[in-house]
Amino acid sequence: MSKTDKSKDLIESGQVEEVAANGLLHRRAFLKTGAIVASGTTILSATAAPPEVDIWSTTAGRPPEAYGNRSEFESDVIRDAFTPTISVGAGASRTPHGSLEGIITPSALHFERHHNGIPNIDPDQHRLLIHGLVDQPLVFDLESLSRYPLVSRIQFLECSGNSRSLDADQPVAGSAQTIHGLLSCSEWTGVPLSILLDEAGIQTEGKWILAEGADSSLMTRSVPMSKVMDDAIIALYQNGERLRPGNGYPMRLFLPGWEGNASVKWLRRIKVTEGPTMTRDETSKYTDLQPDGTAQIFSFQMGVKSIITSPSGEQSMRGPGLYQISGLAWTGAGRISRVEVSADGGRTWGEAELTEPALPKALTRFRMPWRWNGGPALIQSRAYDETGAVQPTRTSLLSERGKQYNYHNHAIQTWQVSSTREVSNAYA
Amino acid sequence: MHMRKLLALLLLMCPFAFAQEGPGLGVPASPEEVAGWDISIGPDGENLPLGSGTPAQGASVYATQCLVCHGPNGEGGLEPKLVGGHGTIDTPNAVKTVGSYWPYAATVFDYIRRSMPFQLPGSLTDNEVYALTAYLLELNGIIDEDTVLNAYSLRAVEMPNRDGFVWAWQE
Repeated sequence: MSKTDKSKDLIESGQVEEVAANGLLHRRAFLKTGAIVASGTTILSATAAPPEVDIWSTTAGRPPEAYGNRSEFESDVIRDAFTPTISVGAGASRTPHGSLEGIITPSALHFERHHNGIPNIDPDQHRLLIHGLVDQPLVFDLESLSRYPLVSRIQFLECSGNSRSLDADQPVAGSAQTIHGLLSCSEWTGVPLSILLDEAGIQTEGKWILAEGADSSLMTRSVPMSKVMDDAIIALYQNGERLRPGNGYPMRLFLPGWEGNASVKWLRRIKVTEGPTMTRDETSKYTDLQPDGTAQIFSFQMGVKSIITSPSGEQSMRGPGLYQISGLAWTGAGRISRVEVSADGGRTWGEAELTEPALPKALTRFRMPWRWNGGPALIQSRAYDETGAVQPTRTSLLSERGKQYNYHNHAIQTWQVSSTREVSNAYA
Repeated sequence: MHMRKLLALLLLMCPFAFAQEGPGLGVPASPEEVAGWDISIGPDGENLPLGSGTPAQGASVYATQCLVCHGPNGEGGLEPKLVGGHGTIDTPNAVKTVGSYWPYAATVFDYIRRSMPFQLPGSLTDNEVYALTAYLLELNGIIDEDTVLNAYSLRAVEMPNRDGFVWAWQE
């Protein structure tokens, strides 16, 4: 008996103890025993038959590609787009988290939300103006910005309307993509905005900025100066290459940890102001209506949150056995400190393994071994961040905020695993 | 290491450790150039342009530019309802419209001028934008039908939900 067989045996025979009910095992059970298991598949599914004489092993392959494409067998891993009837440019597309691993979202799968479509901007024609309460208004082009000190950070971006369908009275049919796909994570490289503002010379009364995009909605948002000077960048690169057009090419504002709408794409103008400009997108939209009729405005920071991506809604289990629960956790406040997983609808919890790198304001991947016995299970994850904030249950979040808050839903997601092997969105 | 040497080293490192500087490549923009870029209107009407419009004039612009998406009389269609919903914001069935929810009239002008009509944003004259703003405010019962909206009268408009917002952001 090989070492792997032996440890497999140990786990499956129940000699590796559960840390929480319904089959959750110690987060390092696989590492300790040496058992290997693929996410979302059982270790019993591999076949020992020798390989066929396959065509790809006996014919010459293709030459190298100028710009790489993924395997044709992966062509169903795509964003799902929501396109309005007339205003087709005011749609959104969502990241297929159920099919991805690690923490970086491929640029081609990064979520999008546009207010009047994707502009086709000629980078040589594009300019960024900084003006308002500054000593000297300045104009920059892409080439000059590329000569400034660049910083690179792996950080998430989340639309504050993400996960809104958890507001619904009954659980909607949905997946990690359709419910939580307005969330992505990239390595963003750009110029700290503080450097450019220092060059223009901020006047004492300048406490906010207005950021304006060059798309045909000329989208605008106001941002407090303290955030701008802390960690805002003008992003020029995403995952090593120039920004994708759908994510602001050739330059966008990027505000780590804050609601995506404020990271204005196709940035063309920054006006230093005394107070917020009260634009349409920060008053009539992106404000959080409470039961007493008042609405929270400028609720920028994204709350502590996590989702299990495998297994997740609209997937199916292959059969009883060992699985690796895998998911994502993040917080606008900084680092994720802990993630717990439950397989019994939140009654008992076990601590998940946080995989490296676990970076501030980035997606953090967590994993947890699970011995699924084939019966019904309600799986959940619950994140904690370094400020001590804990991800709330859906019930407590909605009872506190009401059902018309409409943004910043960071409640615990429940996936129901049925004895017929289907995984679906559920409320626990 | 001698204390003096250490201090000298620290001083040398300081500019790099605590402040980043750029190569200074920003090109100065003149006030005239800036004016050509700056279309944003402040909440109190700062930067509103010359021009004017009445609700009646706005009704005819609306019929050709807005009605197909926003429906007759701003009642909504494929795109959001712009009129009504008054008194619903603190109920479980809040209807957010320009009249019931938007806190500043200046934002209505700013948004129409920069983003509408959806298929041809920027195509309306300032007079047409004043007229459309007047029409929507009149349909919402915020100004009367005789009001001529311009930079001065728009500044004086107080929206019903002006005090409906609580700042979540604190320094």
